[in-house]
Amino acid sequence: MKKLHSKAFLRRAGRLLAGASVAASALAFAHAASAQTLTIESWRNDDADVWNTKIIPAFNKKHPDIKVQFKADPPTEYNAALNARLAGGTAGDLITCRPFDASLDLFKKGSLVSVNDVKGIENFSDVAKSAWSTDDGKTTFCMPMASVIHGFVFNKEIFDELKLTPPKTVAEFHAVLDKIKADGKYTPIAMGTADQWEAATMGFQNIGVNYWKGEEGRKALIEGKQKFTDPAYVDVFKELASWAPYMGDGYKSQKYPDTQNLFTLGRAAIYPAGSWDVPIFRKQADFQFDAFAPPVVKDGDKCYISDHTDIAIGINAKSKNMDAAKAFLSWVASPEFAEIYANELPGFFPLSKAKVEVKDPVAAKFVGWRGTCESSIRNSYQILSRGTPNLENELWNVSAQVMNGSMKPEEAAKKAEDGLASWYEPHKK
Amino acid sequence: MTDLTASQVRSTDAGRVRSRFPVHIAVFLAPAVAIYTLFSIYPLIDTIRLSLYAGDEAGIRSFVGLQNFRTLLADPNWSGQFWNALRNNLIFFLIHMVVQNGIGLGLAMLLSLPRLTGGSLYRTLIFLPTMLSVVIIGFIWQLILNPLWGIAPSLLKAVGLGSLFGPWLGQESTALLTVSLISVWQFVGIPMMLIYAALLNIPDDLLDAATVDGAGPFSVFWFVRLPLILPTLGVVSILTFVANFNAFDLIYAIKGALAGPNFSTDILGTFFYRTFFGFQLQVGSPTMGAAVATAMLVIILIGVLIYLFGVQRRLQRHTF
Repeated sequence: MKKLHSKAFLRRAGRLLAGASVAASALAFAHAASAQTLTIESWRNDDADVWNTKIIPAFNKKHPDIKVQFKADPPTEYNAALNARLAGGTAGDLITCRPFDASLDLFKKGSLVSVNDVKGIENFSDVAKSAWSTDDGKTTFCMPMASVIHGFVFNKEIFDELKLTPPKTVAEFHAVLDKIKADGKYTPIAMGTADQWEAATMGFQNIGVNYWKGEEGRKALIEGKQKFTDPAYVDVFKELASWAPYMGDGYKSQKYPDTQNLFTLGRAAIYPAGSWDVPIFRKQADFQFDAFAPPVVKDGDKCYISDHTDIAIGINAKSKNMDAAKAFLSWVASPEFAEIYANELPGFFPLSKAKVEVKDPVAAKFVGWRGTCESSIRNSYQILSRGTPNLENELWNVSAQVMNGSMKPEEAAKKAEDGLASWYEPHKK
Repeated sequence: MTDLTASQVRSTDAGRVRSRFPVHIAVFLAPAVAIYTLFSIYPLIDTIRLSLYAGDEAGIRSFVGLQNFRTLLADPNWSGQFWNALRNNLIFFLIHMVVQNGIGLGLAMLLSLPRLTGGSLYRTLIFLPTMLSVVIIGFIWQLILNPLWGIAPSLLKAVGLGSLFGPWLGQESTALLTVSLISVWQFVGIPMMLIYAALLNIPDDLLDAATVDGAGPFSVFWFVRLPLILPTLGVVSILTFVANFNAFDLIYAIKGALAGPNFSTDILGTFFYRTFFGFQLQVGSPTMGAAVATAMLVIILIGVLIYLFGVQRRLQRHTF
């Protein structure tokens, strides 16, 4: 009797539970349908504040029904964490895209969808889209957001004190460095090689475009018409090597934050920069600073800048909120987003054709070079870093070694070329 | 009625089975074995399996046999890095063996001096860094050794040795040694504690007898104490070996995944990280990464086997 009773009870409870779970899932479904929530995966943890207080609220004015969450990993862990989440099916709806192969790889694996049909994609030039398009340029899989530009930031007060003018040519640059060194009070160039990437990014790619003539050289390198052992590239390494005496004590174990501090404390005169440094300097430096473009090799040469496509946003192919995600991407392509992004994060420059006024004077100067110089992107990013050894990592290594004096410019050029030739067909000849 | 007989049969059976097969041991071990199998043995075997595959562009994997290992050992682009990492790892290990375990032994001897006052304070202080996060250790030491604002250059200058200071973490010739010594500084407390415990276990009668027989402090150490703590030294060595060949965090925290300058601080752990997860523009390759991990496993296994058959057996013969 008792047994029977308990069985009936169990059955009833089971029915109740089943009913409840159906109701709960129906509720959840209704909830999902009424307010879609998009989650953004990003490596820009520095920008979380700007996203939460400016960008997302601005988007919500247009689309109050779509909730957006910004989730960021540390930059060095982003690729690994994102890949793991994509594989496990727990990644967010919107994926912040790194340029070139890392994202192309995701597209090929089917983790990202094509954005060719998303409204607003027509606001971008082919160059802007190149970092997030297939090699044939036919499919774009991320909506471009911003690029970063290289140049040199200098301490205006030191320049005034020593009566220096911003240099235009390499010779003038060295004359300025010599004067600062002769005065002895300040470190002429704030730069360290401990992290290695500064040597390649703020050194090699920053000044290099003037030597290999921007896109012309970059494409010739991809086609195999130029090699790293050509004089243009060796000369860049020679120039980098010549910076060593100006870089101050112990630069070999000086890290990136040390370098930033050295400059913002007013102890160094010139800082080989990426435009992303501008907002940090704006906060930390209590002196006037300004910027000059990478010096040209000879007076009268055409000038080039590294205007590197750096950040974009794509859609997770497994996203359940495809329409909302597309709506967000369309908004990212709008002039309104460009305006907010450029001014909240000065130093990240919109890639869309929309005219945007950058209010920060130094950031405006950086972006102003687009008018007078020709833009190019970093030469190791497209196609050339696909094999083993990885060209980008090789350039970090050899550039740092050249600046440390442990490798001759010719050896550095040969190492980069040999590494590339070991796997890349056009360079095997 | 039938039920009763069945249970009776079962209970008498159980009595007999218990005497032959210790069920309770299996029951007690089951949770640990299950967890260990799930989180250690299965991933280990799966890693070895993965190392026999290669992925293509679309992420589809196909069986390639030992191809990944051939690449790792024969392709100059891979083997150069592999041997370099292995050599650095050996140096890293040797420095720990000589310096860390040497100092650990010395400190344990000093702590076991009967006349030492404040022994427990020293013990705690020396053991303290072991409990700190490696990231903090890396950060602190980078600040100390920083050529721009570190205290190491100013301290050296204060005693007139300023010219000796160099950017130790940034030079190929000194970076690995510096990182190793930082690691030694952090972990010296562990061999110290283990050896100290072993020293405390030596019966006083033995030491007294040796002293009565006319042995000086040096002879007591060399002929009485050292042989008695040899098994502990063996354990310390094998722990150091396994920990050092699995090391990764400190180098990553201080030098990053490229383990600069020019891979002079690259050890198997950082090499594995770069290969498996990728780095910057380098896209990670799980299959090649698994091959590196398997190679690490083999190296550690060889080391442990050498220890077991070459050292441990002899030690046991020695003590018993």
